[in-house]
Amino acid sequence: MMKPAIVCRNLKKRYDVRKKDPVDALVGLDLEIRAGECFGLLGPNGAGKTTTIEILEGLLEPTSGEVEVLGMRWGEHDEAIRQRIGISLQETKLTDKLAVGETVRLFRSFYDRGREPDEVIAAVSLTEKTRAWVQKLSGGQKQRLAVACALVGDPELLFLDEPTTGLDPQSRRQIWDIVRDHRKLGRTTLITTHYMDEAERLCDRVAVVDHGRVIALGSPPELIARLGGEHVVEFALANGAADADGPDPEMLAALPSVRDCRLEAGGYALTVTEPHVCIPALLATLRTDHGELARLTTRHASLEDVFVNLTGRHLTDERETDNTAP
Amino acid sequence: MKYYALYELFLCRMRQFYREPEAIFWTYGFPILLTIGLGIAFRNRPPGQVEVAVEDMPATAQIRAVLADDEGFDLQVASADECARLLRKGDVDILVVADGEGYEYRFDSTRPEATLARHRVDDALQRAAGRADVLQVADTHVTERGGRYIDFLVPGLLGMNLMGGGLWGVGFVTVDMRIRRLLKRLVATPMRKRDFLLSVIGGRMVFTLPEMFCLLMAAWLIFRIAVVGSVISIFCVAVVGALSFAGLGLLVASRARKLETISGLLNLVMLPMWVLSGTFFSASRFPDVMQPFIQALPLTQLNNALRAVILDGASLPSQALPLLILAAWGVIPFVLALRWFRWTY
Repeated sequence: MMKPAIVCRNLKKRYDVRKKDPVDALVGLDLEIRAGECFGLLGPNGAGKTTTIEILEGLLEPTSGEVEVLGMRWGEHDEAIRQRIGISLQETKLTDKLAVGETVRLFRSFYDRGREPDEVIAAVSLTEKTRAWVQKLSGGQKQRLAVACALVGDPELLFLDEPTTGLDPQSRRQIWDIVRDHRKLGRTTLITTHYMDEAERLCDRVAVVDHGRVIALGSPPELIARLGGEHVVEFALANGAADADGPDPEMLAALPSVRDCRLEAGGYALTVTEPHVCIPALLATLRTDHGELARLTTRHASLEDVFVNLTGRHLTDERETDNTAP
Repeated sequence: MKYYALYELFLCRMRQFYREPEAIFWTYGFPILLTIGLGIAFRNRPPGQVEVAVEDMPATAQIRAVLADDEGFDLQVASADECARLLRKGDVDILVVADGEGYEYRFDSTRPEATLARHRVDDALQRAAGRADVLQVADTHVTERGGRYIDFLVPGLLGMNLMGGGLWGVGFVTVDMRIRRLLKRLVATPMRKRDFLLSVIGGRMVFTLPEMFCLLMAAWLIFRIAVVGSVISIFCVAVVGALSFAGLGLLVASRARKLETISGLLNLVMLPMWVLSGTFFSASRFPDVMQPFIQALPLTQLNNALRAVILDGASLPSQALPLLILAAWGVIPFVLALRWFRWTY
């Protein structure tokens, strides 16, 4: 078996160590990322994703723990590691008054070997913008340029920290295509995101991170399968009743084929193995005891459900205040 | 195709500079305006009139007539109180009052122009009273080439400008790049840190050349400054000076995380040199005990070397010592900056 691309064990990071209220961003995080896979670090804002990726990129020092990148260690083989990784920071800032082509060329010059700037610019669909200044680019174009700067050294290992946050759907899809192309070459990608759909589409495996540790690890289908049911049935009652007047969640969880029931804002969500078995029984129960339905939907379970199941919170509950990394 | 990081970094520095119109004004326009302004303020004036006040009383009628007739004096006649006030405020250099038989001169002997005024007034009055000069003398007025104040001033301004440009141009720009997280992205690549810092210094040295040229041209066109030395020598001295202050600027900027911090630090570094390094007046006016310190300052050495090559036409080898001191001020801080430089915010 090939050596893992990244190994880290019991990674801890404490910010503001000398101040009164130190912040523990990582409290013992373990990861093993295989060569050639696209691995996702998934979690809400403030979970420790950026801290983790910046430690792996050699930009932050962990408070304690072991890190191996491509079989090497930071502090011993920095130059060799940097030659073989490509990085797109959470917010990559590039010089406003340099053109796209000039910027990529500059980054190319830092690597012993790499791809031709024009070819990389074409790969991120920015050929028309080669002569445009960075400050004239849209958010999506800037992000693709940041990825181009990460790719121009022809990296074995690509780090993308929230590459699609704040982008429009089309720009997101363009970034996804770039990541898929990189994977097709047999290269490794580590991507952080708080978009579940992104992780499901792109990643071979994901680690769900919360409060500075990994709380679940596996391929997206595996994680979803662990819920016990691959479907989610959601409903709401016309009178808006949930807690007091509504049906008891425990009673609903006892319905046939239902694995779990939880209260959502204004309704219920059931994790279900077979919707066609569950729904008739559900309707019968509601009709006899609780009156009219306002909404009933059924969908495949997602990583979002995995996260809610593990933490009791939604990924997007938190405000966008994040950035554990200062 | 081969890519050279140092060359690409340097090219990018140049592009960033010439794509910033404000930077071009502050670098080139400002020093020229400064030269013109100071040149006008300190232009060579014909020997001025002596400002003299005389009390308005019958006993002074005779001397008032003498001084009023002489174009060398600007006479003010006023009451005793008013005269005292004029003297106190420095509106007049000297006050003449009648004192029984003779006259009394009142002046501040610590002011050179007051002492001069006393002698001229005395001379005029004594002659009018019938003193005969014993020796036959004649005055010939000469102006030594390169001896005017503006000739002294322009090389000093060049030096000061190199200092400001080097320190601000390098210090401010690198802190700004640090704050905007541009350095963080660069340091995440295998870029050699030395290359980046060298490109910043190199860029500064190149911007210096047109800057020097503009200032010297302006000084030559407007004030007819005598440029005796070779242009190449002057540029060589300027480039070493730029190197020196760019290196120092990097060191000053190596840790700062705020623009306020770097502004304060740069001013702190520049302040002693503004005062001591002989830009506006000769550094030799300071006491001997301070001279070793003053002579060790890079701006002092730069000003000395610039004056030597511009005004005296000194050769480069003769300026080896100042150039060596300047280079040390560039290289040592550079090495320290390389070690201490903060790349991530």
